[in-house]
Amino acid sequence: MSEAEIIPDTPHPVRTTFGMLWRDKFAFCAAIFLCFIIFCAIFGPWLLEDVATKQNLRGRNAPPFDFSRPWYFWLGGDALGRPLLARIMVAAQNTMMVAAGAVVCSLAIGTTLGLIAGYTSKLGSQVIMRLADVIMSFPSLLLAVIVLYVLPPSVFNLVIVLAITRIPIYLRTSRAEVLEVRERMFVQAAQVMGASSNRIIFRHILPVVLPTLVTIATLDFALVVLVESSLSFLGIGIQPPEITWGLMVSQGRAYLTTAWWLSFWPGLAIILTTLSLNLLANWMRTALDPVQRWRLESRKTSDE
Amino acid sequence: MRSFLGKRAIASAISLIGLVVLVFFMTRLTGDPTDLFLPENATQEARDNFRRLNGLDKPIIVQFFNYVGDLLRFDFGDSVRRNEPAIDSVMRGFFWTLQLAAVTMLLVTVAAITIGSLAAFHVGGVFDRIATFFSLMGASAPDFWIAIVAIVVFSVGLGWLPTSGTGTVWHWIMPVAVLFIRPFGLILQVVRGAMITALNSAYVKTARAKGVKNRPIIFVHALRNAMLPIITVIGDQTTAILNGAVIVETIFGFPGVGKLMIDSVLQRDFNVILAAVMVTAFAIFLMNVLIDVLYAVLDPRIRY
Amino acid sequence: MSEHLLEVRDLSVDFHTAQGTVHAVRNVSFHLDPGETLAILGESGSGKSVSASAIMDLIDIPPGEITSGEVHFDGLNLLQASHEERRLINGNRIAMIFQDPLSHLNPVYSVGWQIEEMMTAHGMAREQARARTLELLQRVGIPEVETKIDAYPHQFSGGQRQRIMIAIALALKPDILIADEPTTALDVTVQAQILALLEELQKETGMGLLLITHDLGVVAEVADRVVVMNAGEIVETGTASQIYANAAHPYTKKLIAAVPGTGEMAQPLEATKPLLEVNGLAKHYGDFVAVEGASFTVLPGETVAIVGESGSGKSTLAKTLLRLEEATSGEALYMGRDLVTISPRELFDLRREVQMIFQDPTQSLNPRMSVYDIIAEAFVIHPEILPKAKRRERVAELLSHVGLEPGLMQRYPHQFSGGQRQRIAIARALALEPKLIICDEAVSALDVSIQAQVIELLAGLQAEFGLSYMFIAHDLPLVRDFAHRVVVMQAGRIVEQGPVAQIFDAPQQDYTRKLIAASLSPDPEIQAERRQARAQIEGVA
Repeated sequence: MSEAEIIPDTPHPVRTTFGMLWRDKFAFCAAIFLCFIIFCAIFGPWLLEDVATKQNLRGRNAPPFDFSRPWYFWLGGDALGRPLLARIMVAAQNTMMVAAGAVVCSLAIGTTLGLIAGYTSKLGSQVIMRLADVIMSFPSLLLAVIVLYVLPPSVFNLVIVLAITRIPIYLRTSRAEVLEVRERMFVQAAQVMGASSNRIIFRHILPVVLPTLVTIATLDFALVVLVESSLSFLGIGIQPPEITWGLMVSQGRAYLTTAWWLSFWPGLAIILTTLSLNLLANWMRTALDPVQRWRLESRKTSDE
Repeated sequence: MRSFLGKRAIASAISLIGLVVLVFFMTRLTGDPTDLFLPENATQEARDNFRRLNGLDKPIIVQFFNYVGDLLRFDFGDSVRRNEPAIDSVMRGFFWTLQLAAVTMLLVTVAAITIGSLAAFHVGGVFDRIATFFSLMGASAPDFWIAIVAIVVFSVGLGWLPTSGTGTVWHWIMPVAVLFIRPFGLILQVVRGAMITALNSAYVKTARAKGVKNRPIIFVHALRNAMLPIITVIGDQTTAILNGAVIVETIFGFPGVGKLMIDSVLQRDFNVILAAVMVTAFAIFLMNVLIDVLYAVLDPRIRY
Repeated sequence: MSEHLLEVRDLSVDFHTAQGTVHAVRNVSFHLDPGETLAILGESGSGKSVSASAIMDLIDIPPGEITSGEVHFDGLNLLQASHEERRLINGNRIAMIFQDPLSHLNPVYSVGWQIEEMMTAHGMAREQARARTLELLQRVGIPEVETKIDAYPHQFSGGQRQRIMIAIALALKPDILIADEPTTALDVTVQAQILALLEELQKETGMGLLLITHDLGVVAEVADRVVVMNAGEIVETGTASQIYANAAHPYTKKLIAAVPGTGEMAQPLEATKPLLEVNGLAKHYGDFVAVEGASFTVLPGETVAIVGESGSGKSTLAKTLLRLEEATSGEALYMGRDLVTISPRELFDLRREVQMIFQDPTQSLNPRMSVYDIIAEAFVIHPEILPKAKRRERVAELLSHVGLEPGLMQRYPHQFSGGQRQRIAIARALALEPKLIICDEAVSALDVSIQAQVIELLAGLQAEFGLSYMFIAHDLPLVRDFAHRVVVMQAGRIVEQGPVAQIFDAPQQDYTRKLIAASLSPDPEIQAERRQARAQIEGVA
C-alpha cells in the first residue's frame, strides 16, 4: 500500500456489523435467540396471559413432549396444570424488565458520575469514589434483602436495588477510561481550539468510552438476570401471582423428584438467555478491539 | 509502603463507617424484633421488658451512639436469637465460609490459569473454542438451578453424595463444585484476554527470537505480565463469596456467614447483621492489602 | 547448498486483513555474507520488517501466510524446518534486536535474568550464564554492572536499553544479527553511539549484520550493501555509495531527493515588531525543572525552530504557551497580551490566533468523527467565524488548500494514510485562521518522502497567508531546510539561538556542534567526514 493510495470506502456500518455477526455463528444464534426473548417480553403477556394463567386440574404436572396437546403444553404443565411454555414466555417480561431497567439505570447514573469523577476537581472525584466504595463493600444480596424487606418487592423497587448495586462497575470503568482518554492528543487538540469541558466530555470522550461500557452492560445484563432469579428463588424477589423464571424454578423445587420439568425448563430459559448475552458480549469485545477485529472480518483473496 | 498502607486503611475505615451507619439505620427500618420474638398474645409488660433489655426503648440516635460506644470496647452486642455474643455466631459462620472460599478459589485459580493460558496460546484453535464456550457457560450458569439439579441427580437419583451438612469430604463436593462454576467462567475469560494481550506483546517476540521454548514463553514471560488483571478479578470473586455464598449455603445447609446474615435480617437480629458486615468487610480489606502487595511483588514498576 | 551465510530466495508473504489480502512481501531475494552489513531500506509498509520476521519465524500465522520462497541458512531451508530446529537456531545462530527496546524487554524481569535466559534457553548453566552476563553488560558499556545486573528495564535510559538488547543478542556470539530499526526512537547522539557499538562488535565477532531501516543516513553510516524495498518488492540492490551516487530506479531517486538537509538555508527576516515575545518562561513539576528561563521571539511570517533531544523541554514549552500546562513563572506576550496570565475569557479569543499541529496525526484526530466534523468543529466552537450555511463550502476549500479531495470529507481518519491525516490536522488548524501555528514534531512520524511533501505544504501556506511557525523538532537536517531561526535547547534551558545559517555553519556551543555532528547524511562520503568530526569532539571532551 503506497502512502498516496486511499483505502476504499468501507460499506455501510449496519452491513459490516451484520457481516461480522454472521462470521461468529455462536453470536449470531445468540442474537436471534435474544430477539425471540425480547419479542416474548414485549408481546408474551398480551398474547398468552389467559392461556398461561388458566388452571387445568386434569393437566397437573403434565409431562413434556406430548405433541398431541396444544403447542404451549409441549414442555409440560405445572402443579396447577398451567402450560409451562406459555408461562415461560409470559414470565420473560418481568425478568427482562427488571434486568433492562437495572442495567439502563446503573449504566446512565454510573457513567455520568464516572465522567464527573474523571473530569473534575480532585475533591468531587474523591467523594464520588468513596461513595462507590461504600456501595461496593455492602454485600449486594444483604442490601436487596433489607430493602425488599422494608419496601414491597415490586418490579420498580427491584430495579432500584439492583441498579444501586451495579452503579460502581460503570462508575469505576468510565472514570478509569476518562482518565486515560483525556490525555489523548485529540482531546488536547480540542482544548487548543477552545472547546468547553462539556464539549470535550460529550463529543470527544464519551463516544470513545461508550463501546467498552456497552460491552460491560451486556455482560451485566446476564448477571442481573441471574441475581434477580436468585432473589426470586430465595423468595425475596417478585411475589406470586406475578411470575419470573427464578420464581418458577423455586415453585418447581418441591416436585423435583416427581416432575423435574417444572424447574428444568425455566432454568434452561435463564441459562440460554444469559449464555446468549455472554456470547454477544464476547463477540462485541472482539469486534470493538482493533487488534482482534480481523478475526471477524471476511477474508477476500481477490486482488484489489 | 507505610504511607500507602495508612492511606488504604483510612479510605477503608471511611467506607466501613459509612457501611455501619447505613446498615444500622436500614436494619432498624425493617421493624421491631419484639413482634417476632414474643408470642402475639404477650403482655405489654413483657414487651416493654424485652425492649428495655435489648436497648430498643431508647430513641434510635441514642441506640446508635450506645452501639458505637460498645463497639469501641470491641463489644458487638448479643444475638437476640441465639443468646450468645453476636461476634461468636459470626466468627463461627465466617470460619466455615472462609474455608469454603479458600478451597473453591484455590481450585478455580489453578484451573482457570492453566486452561486460560493454553487457550490464549492458540487463539481460535479447537482447545480455545471449547474453553471459551465452557467459560461462557460457567459465567452464565444460575447456581441455584445447578445446585438443585445436582441434588436431584447425585443425592436423590444416584445416592452418591449427601444433600447437606459439613461432616465429611463428601459433604464439600457439591457446594464447592457449584460455587466453582461462575468464578471459573469469569476468571478464565480474564486470564484468556490478559494472556492474549501478553502473548501479542513485543517482549514475547523477543523471547521467540531468543529461542525460548513455548512453555516458558507462556508461563514465565507472558503469565507474570498478565497476572495483574487476573489477581484483580480473583480478588473480586473471592470478595463475592466472602460476602455470602447465600444460595449455596442455603441449598446445601452449609452454616456459613452469608446464610447467617440473611437469616438475621429475616429475624431482625440486628447485632448479628452488623457484626457479620464488619467482620467480612475487615477480611476483605485485609485481602485487598494482600493483593496490593502481590501487585508490587509481581511488577517491579509498581512501588507504593 | 548455498555458498552464502544466509540466502533468501523468492520470499512472498501475504497478510489477510479487513481490506482484503495484502501482499506484504513479493518474490524477495537477497543474501548475506559473514562480516558484511546488508541494509534493507524502505518506508513504512514496504515489507522490510516482514522479511526479517520470516527469517526468525516471528510471523503470526494467521493472519500472515508465507506463500512462496526459501530461506537457506547453514544447509537448512528454514521455512521447512521444524519448530524445534528453528528454536535452536534463534538466538543461538541468528539473533535479533528491535526498535523500541522498552517494549521489547520484559518489564517484570531483571535485565540480568533476561540476558542469562538467552544462554540457559540454549543449555548453559545458570552460574556460568551469570558470569558471562556481567561480561556482556560491561562490553556494551553499561556502568556499575554489579548492581545494574539486577535492575529492571524501566530503570535504564533508552540508549542503555538498546545496549542491553544488544547484550542479549550477542550472548551466544551468533553468526547473524538482525537489527530492525535499532536506533529509530533514539536521540541522534545516542544513535551514533549505538551504531558505533554495533560496528565494533561486528568486527570482533565477524558476524553478518542485517540492518532494517528507513533512514538513508543510517545506511550511509554503516552499510556495505543496500537492498531498497518498496511496496513489498525489491526495487534496487547495490553498494551504499553506488545507490546514493547512481540510483537507477525512480523510487530510489525520489527517496534520496526527499532527504532533507541539502537545500538553501533561509535568510533571516527583517526585524519587525514580534508576534510572540517569550521572556524568562519556566515550568517546574515539583522539584523537576522542565523549562527554565526560556526567552525568544517569533516575528510575523517567520519559522522559529526549537530543537533539542528528548527531555530537553521543547514540548513542555509548547504546552505552556498553549496553556495546556500552567507556567511556573515568566511571560509570553502575544501581540502585547500575556498568554500565561490572561483570563480564560480572553484566552478563548486568543485560541483562534494560536493553533497547534501534533506529532502523531493518528492520535490527534478523533477516530469517531468524520473529517468534516473534525474541521468544522472549529466553527462550532467559534461560531462568529462563519455562518452555518457556509461551513461545508469552507471545509471543502480548506481541504483543497492542504491538497486533499474535498469529496472525502465524510470519511473517517482511519481511511486515510499517515501523510493525509497530517494534512487533515493542518486543515483543522487553518480553519481558525491563526497567525501562529506551533508544530510539535509535526512530521517526525511520517516517512521521508511524505515528510518532504508536508514541509512543502507548510512552506506554501506560510507564503500564502503570512503564517508564523514555531517548529519543534529533533531532526536537524529538516530544520536546516525549513527554519528562519533556530533555538537549541538542552535539559530545559536554551543553550544557543540565532539565524539558521549561523547555527549550522558556525555553531558557538559544543552541544550544538555535537548535535550537528551526530545527525546523519545520506551521502556515505559526507558521513565519513562527520565521523571524523565526531571523533575529534569526543577526543576534545
